[in-house]
Amino acid sequence: MAIENAKEAQVGLTGNSAVALAMKQVNPDVCPAYPITPSTAIIETFSSYVADGEVDTELITVESEHSAMSAGIGAAAAGARVMTATSAQGLALMWEMLYIASGMRLPIVMTNVNRALAAPINIHCDHSDSMGARDSGWIQLYSETVQESYDNVLMAVRIAEKVKLPVMVCLDGFITSHAIENMETINDADVQEFVGEYEPETSLLKESELPATYGAMSLPDSYMVFKKQQSEAMSGAKKVVEEVSAEFAQKFGREYGLLDSYELDDADVAIVIFNSATGTTRVAVDELRKEGHKVGVLRIRLFRPLPHAEIAEALKGLKAVACLDRVDSFNDFGGPLFNEVRSSIYDLEERPKVISRIYGLGGRDYKVSDARSVFEELLGIVETGTVKEITKYITI
Amino acid sequence: MLEVRWHGRAQQGVVTAAKVLGETCLRSGKYVQAFPEFGPERMGAPVKAYNRVSDEPIKMHCSVANPKYVLIADPTLIGMSLAGGMETSGGVTEGTPEDAVFIVNTPKSPAEMRTALELDGKSAKVFTVDASQISIDKIGRHIPNTPMLGALAKATDMVTLEDLIDDFKVNYAKKYSEAVINGNVEAMKSGYESISEG
Repeated sequence: MAIENAKEAQVGLTGNSAVALAMKQVNPDVCPAYPITPSTAIIETFSSYVADGEVDTELITVESEHSAMSAGIGAAAAGARVMTATSAQGLALMWEMLYIASGMRLPIVMTNVNRALAAPINIHCDHSDSMGARDSGWIQLYSETVQESYDNVLMAVRIAEKVKLPVMVCLDGFITSHAIENMETINDADVQEFVGEYEPETSLLKESELPATYGAMSLPDSYMVFKKQQSEAMSGAKKVVEEVSAEFAQKFGREYGLLDSYELDDADVAIVIFNSATGTTRVAVDELRKEGHKVGVLRIRLFRPLPHAEIAEALKGLKAVACLDRVDSFNDFGGPLFNEVRSSIYDLEERPKVISRIYGLGGRDYKVSDARSVFEELLGIVETGTVKEITKYITI
Repeated sequence: MLEVRWHGRAQQGVVTAAKVLGETCLRSGKYVQAFPEFGPERMGAPVKAYNRVSDEPIKMHCSVANPKYVLIADPTLIGMSLAGGMETSGGVTEGTPEDAVFIVNTPKSPAEMRTALELDGKSAKVFTVDASQISIDKIGRHIPNTPMLGALAKATDMVTLEDLIDDFKVNYAKKYSEAVINGNVEAMKSGYESISEG
């Protein structure tokens, strides 16, 4: 029986173990590493694969995350397939180098296990880290489950190398990184066949009729041309994410879109959200649907580039939408998801009301009852036609 | 869906216990979650861990709020309002249903623990097991997690002792020496055999 077979193939892994396993199966050339909570176990586990000779990877233990990304940039410019992982302050310390990686068009794949930024010091989940890097030119994929974290890392390799841009795979600190869930793994040979051999078109070491320079000085006569090409590459990434995801689904049976709609077709109201909190919201949707309310969820899987047209299409016909950000932009006008979703639907003839709700900062629990409260508020907005508070902190 | 909450202090192994329980249930064909909730990261700090076990895929990713089974690896956490180390974490009986099952690591009697838990006259079940002493006897260290797993197998029909031992041997053979594996297996058996109900 297919179902029994599928169950037999299931293992219980944490998000961190699953990402480390994906990295092992990809067998990258170089992994520069400076571990940080809650992504530490990715590097810890991967380094044991290196020590045991299960991968051919050159593990470079560096003295900071800035150096980790610098080493990754050097290796990628030399033509290596590079993977690493970080979180929070680590990603923040890489900030300068993130722009250099994307500006040099280097297909580095980095897992970012989402964690709050200090101060105050907090090691728990929120999205302040990766949202701070949202304009750094990295493709960003967000993962709801352990399974998707694993799958996204595998797909990220293909996406990065095709688009020639770095990819950041995000998953929730502790909630996903430290949680054991059922998942299915893919065998090593199939992973190798899926990611294929990496043959960069150009590199510092590649002998070519067109030798390459990386990170050269670029004056006003050329800098903007580079940026326009980078911008076009990012725009084109959407199609590549779709193609790679479709091929992945065809080969391994698990389907992923740019967005993930749940019960949206006939919905009056919806929550738009990222990562693990989506599942909790789905439970609230199931409960409210049983009670006769037309509610749904839209999960954003790809945030960079922003699937703005697809977001508008998904939210067309709804009456009220709440964008839940696990981060504050400190702008007096809601989180990044709120602003970008609201902007995406601006050209719709009939727009839903859109509100911003900031939730779950620094690991604050987001329960089914919290999702229900937001839905009830949205249903109230539909009933009265008025929005009392556009932006608000919840779960506090 | 069945939900379990573990209370302990850092280094007592409750995170590992939840992991072993989750893996064992997964091997028997269930959908599972096993996850920790860390407060301050230091030795001796209160730590919680959770399990969810279901016949259907589990969607929710929030904390376990209404656990049917509560395992308390450190009885000094009883009566604390911050039993998870955080202001919002609540006490060990927080959110438990009327038919909850408590398993406490203590040499004291279930009746004494029922009173300590403020469950006198309530229908919840209270079990005790001297998991600390068992772990010292069988493993040579104070890590009460595996005797408590054995006690859980006896007190509930969530898992069998055989499945727990089988999973532990398979999943931890690489990580631990044979002596450590055998010590923990003996500790599970002893926890299973010496649990008291009251």
